[in-house]
Amino acid sequence: MSETFPRIEPLGEAALLVRFAPRLDDAANRACVAFRAGLQAALPEGVTETASSLGSVLVRHDPGAADAVKSALDDLLAARDWSAVDPPERRLWQIPCSYGGDDGPQLAEAAAMAGLSVDAAIAALSSARVRVLALGFAPGMPYLGILPEAWDLPRQTGLTPKVPEGALVVAVRQFVLFGTEAPTGWRQVGRTLFGCFEPSRTRPIALSPGDEVTFPSVSPGELRDRAAEDSDRLGGATWEVLR
Amino acid sequence: MMEVVSCGPLITLQDRGRPGHLSQGLAEGGAADRQALREAEALLGTIGAGLEIPGSPLTLRLTTDTRIALTGAEMSADVDGRPLVWHAAHPLPAGSVLRLRPGTAGIYSYLHVTGGFDAPEVLGSRAAHLIANIGAPLAPGDRLDHAPSVGAASRVTPADRFGGGLLRIVETPQTRLFPPDDLTRFENTAFTRDPRGNRQGVRLASNGAGFATEGQLNLLSDFILPGDVQMTGDGVPYILGPECQTTGGYPRIGTVIAADLPRALQALPGAPLRFRFVPLAEARALTVPAPQVTPLTRDPAEMGDLLGLNLIGGVVSAKETE
Repeated sequence: MSETFPRIEPLGEAALLVRFAPRLDDAANRACVAFRAGLQAALPEGVTETASSLGSVLVRHDPGAADAVKSALDDLLAARDWSAVDPPERRLWQIPCSYGGDDGPQLAEAAAMAGLSVDAAIAALSSARVRVLALGFAPGMPYLGILPEAWDLPRQTGLTPKVPEGALVVAVRQFVLFGTEAPTGWRQVGRTLFGCFEPSRTRPIALSPGDEVTFPSVSPGELRDRAAEDSDRLGGATWEVLR
Repeated sequence: MMEVVSCGPLITLQDRGRPGHLSQGLAEGGAADRQALREAEALLGTIGAGLEIPGSPLTLRLTTDTRIALTGAEMSADVDGRPLVWHAAHPLPAGSVLRLRPGTAGIYSYLHVTGGFDAPEVLGSRAAHLIANIGAPLAPGDRLDHAPSVGAASRVTPADRFGGGLLRIVETPQTRLFPPDDLTRFENTAFTRDPRGNRQGVRLASNGAGFATEGQLNLLSDFILPGDVQMTGDGVPYILGPECQTTGGYPRIGTVIAADLPRALQALPGAPLRFRFVPLAEARALTVPAPQVTPLTRDPAEMGDLLGLNLIGGVVSAKETE
């Protein structure tokens, strides 16, 4: 059965799913972010919520509005090539990260799998400018990519029993920045003290899909000093708006 | 205000949740049994946030005259030793001690007051979302703020949903990845609700083989919603609940329609559950009938000590003032 993309399919009785690709693809993910922004700019009547993920856009609607919303989505999809649309306004984040040692116990292993020395791996990871492809698993927890081919590392066969909140892990050409302490099959290469979700903040969830992020390398001491001064629990991260 | 005299685990404030944050990885959450909210609303008018009680004992002391509504899974309830009818609203005077004890029907019970309990809103909702670290379970000594309220006793006819049964499902984008024979077998399988389950989802048990798609470990993670019936790696289905993760990689064989989701989540361990695919148009055309409320006539068979009854519910008590 061959499938064509993008395609619109129902998800339950009160949502439509616009899928741009069946597998991880940078252009399709950009299209998701741009299409959702286009949708939010002129929300069709009856739409109650939109969201973008790795390869799709979810459009929740009033149960009676399915046909009208479907037709509006068809029109919007046809209006342009969404993978070629300039990205919407977004933030560029710099999130300090301490690589290796106790803060990144699997850095050496991951570097060897990528065919790099530890120093070269830190240089590569700390200079990679990645995009928030999707948020999920825990509130505000980002999947970031897409990293160069060398980082197409398989997940571990066994799970690491737990990584701390703020752990930076790597697999399948992506970073995940853990929003909570959890077990994982991804390899921990570094540690940030970035709180993905903090209910007491004016902006409880810091990141949005489409935001761009780098993880500059800092020493374990500098990481902790900067985090201690950061009352917003962003671990010393800074950001600017990109237009 | 109410004071928590004693309570069991995992009693939380719930409302209709916080929609609008799926893109940020935060599930809508909110009450597991939305029908119980409709019934409480029919009894009280506005309900705001109420207590969701997952089969845990709870004793509360009221400090103001308060009209409460008891909906969802029936518990054994009494106020100062006088039994209270479930699926009903009762005006209670200040000073009353309300005791709720687990019953044998359903999982989630609800206690509401007119206007709701007050608590800080996080992202537009007072609902606890424990996995996301929002809110906390009730603890002895907690105080629950709310406005005083009065009114008559009344009864609501509960929608039938507490004994398991048939769940109508619609197709998902992954349904056709399952072989046609497996879809037929899925509809013909008598499942039971497994003991393992919580607000994230409930596991189902059956005697037959599992259900799997080809290449299901390679699917791109995509949105999941409450009601989705997700097949895990070993082919065991889970019906996802209000605190399910926002995205997932395992295929969903179908989605339980909104009208039947309370039946799925209220099924006790061991309760029978079956699935039947229905056309999407049929599911969308369904309307849930408005709950019917009638005055609560006091049947002596349902009363304890007649002399202890508050026969003039709604009159302000002089026992205690706030």
